[in-house]
Amino acid sequence: MRVLLLVLLGCLAADGAAQERKSGYEFMTPPLRAMQDDDFANPGMFAVQDGEALWKSEGCGACHAAATMKGVAARYPAVKDGRLLNLEQRINACRKAGPWPYESKELLAMTAFIANESRGMPITVSRDAKWLEEGKKLYSRREGQINLSCAQCHDERAGQKLGGSVIPQAHPTGYPIYRLEWQGMGSLQRRLRNCMSGLRAEPYAYGSEELVALEYYLMSRASGMKLETPAVRP
Amino acid sequence: MARTRVQMPTEAKKGELVRIRAIAAHQMETGFRNNERGASIPRDIITAFRCTYNGVEVFRADLFPATAANPLIEFTTLATESGTLRFEWSGDNGFSAADSASITVV
Repeated sequence: MRVLLLVLLGCLAADGAAQERKSGYEFMTPPLRAMQDDDFANPGMFAVQDGEALWKSEGCGACHAAATMKGVAARYPAVKDGRLLNLEQRINACRKAGPWPYESKELLAMTAFIANESRGMPITVSRDAKWLEEGKKLYSRREGQINLSCAQCHDERAGQKLGGSVIPQAHPTGYPIYRLEWQGMGSLQRRLRNCMSGLRAEPYAYGSEELVALEYYLMSRASGMKLETPAVRP
Repeated sequence: MARTRVQMPTEAKKGELVRIRAIAAHQMETGFRNNERGASIPRDIITAFRCTYNGVEVFRADLFPATAANPLIEFTTLATESGTLRFEWSGDNGFSAADSASITVV
């Protein structure tokens, strides 16, 4: 009996994971989708414009042609010399005047501008076994007083509701996003930390290895899906 | 520098109803929130929006703390003559922004 139950549970879990992959966009209401699709109404486009202005004022053009940024965001996070770097960290590593703080207007704007260059392109992150394993471990580990793992909501219960909100499948297709709840832009790490404090877990620090590994794993799950930056989310 | 965008047709028939959309980047801080140390974050919002058509006011709106960030205002006006529409936003802490668009009436 116990074996049968385990097998049944196994099937349920497998079913959850085998859902057709959908971007968070497809879980949104039609007015919100319209807001994202319309560059005039999408507030994230302000950040993209700010990023474009920073690209010029920071002198990025002296080394990089803006056109070479096409497809870059679709490949991040990426492994460099054994270390995993997300797009924000890559931008900061490049910046001679020192790093911009996480979630600063400048860093979000520059990230949004660069990611927007890849809008519509499929996500193509590398497949580094060590970091994927690390990310997957974090994704399936129970956390916080609520004692839930990412997978328990976003794989097993995706499409169902948490309170009044639909649980999406956790495909980070549009970061940095304009989130209505925030009334502003935010990075994937801000979103991940948000979920963790919801679980009453202590969130990992911005830029920590754990968060970047999670980002990497999530992006690899979303391989082939199209980037939407700047996405609008509820 | 404040970012604004205005969307409207560049050409219209005389007497036609023209749809105009105007958006300004602004955080619209309500004044009711506290920061992580518990201190209140002062109000910082756009308080007024105004549109003039060849110098004549055709639309005006007062904005309040319940307005979302980056307010998008949509309204219509009658195309009367060719000319310029000017859009002005003003608000707390000396915020002011302006944009303009021209229309040809045939």
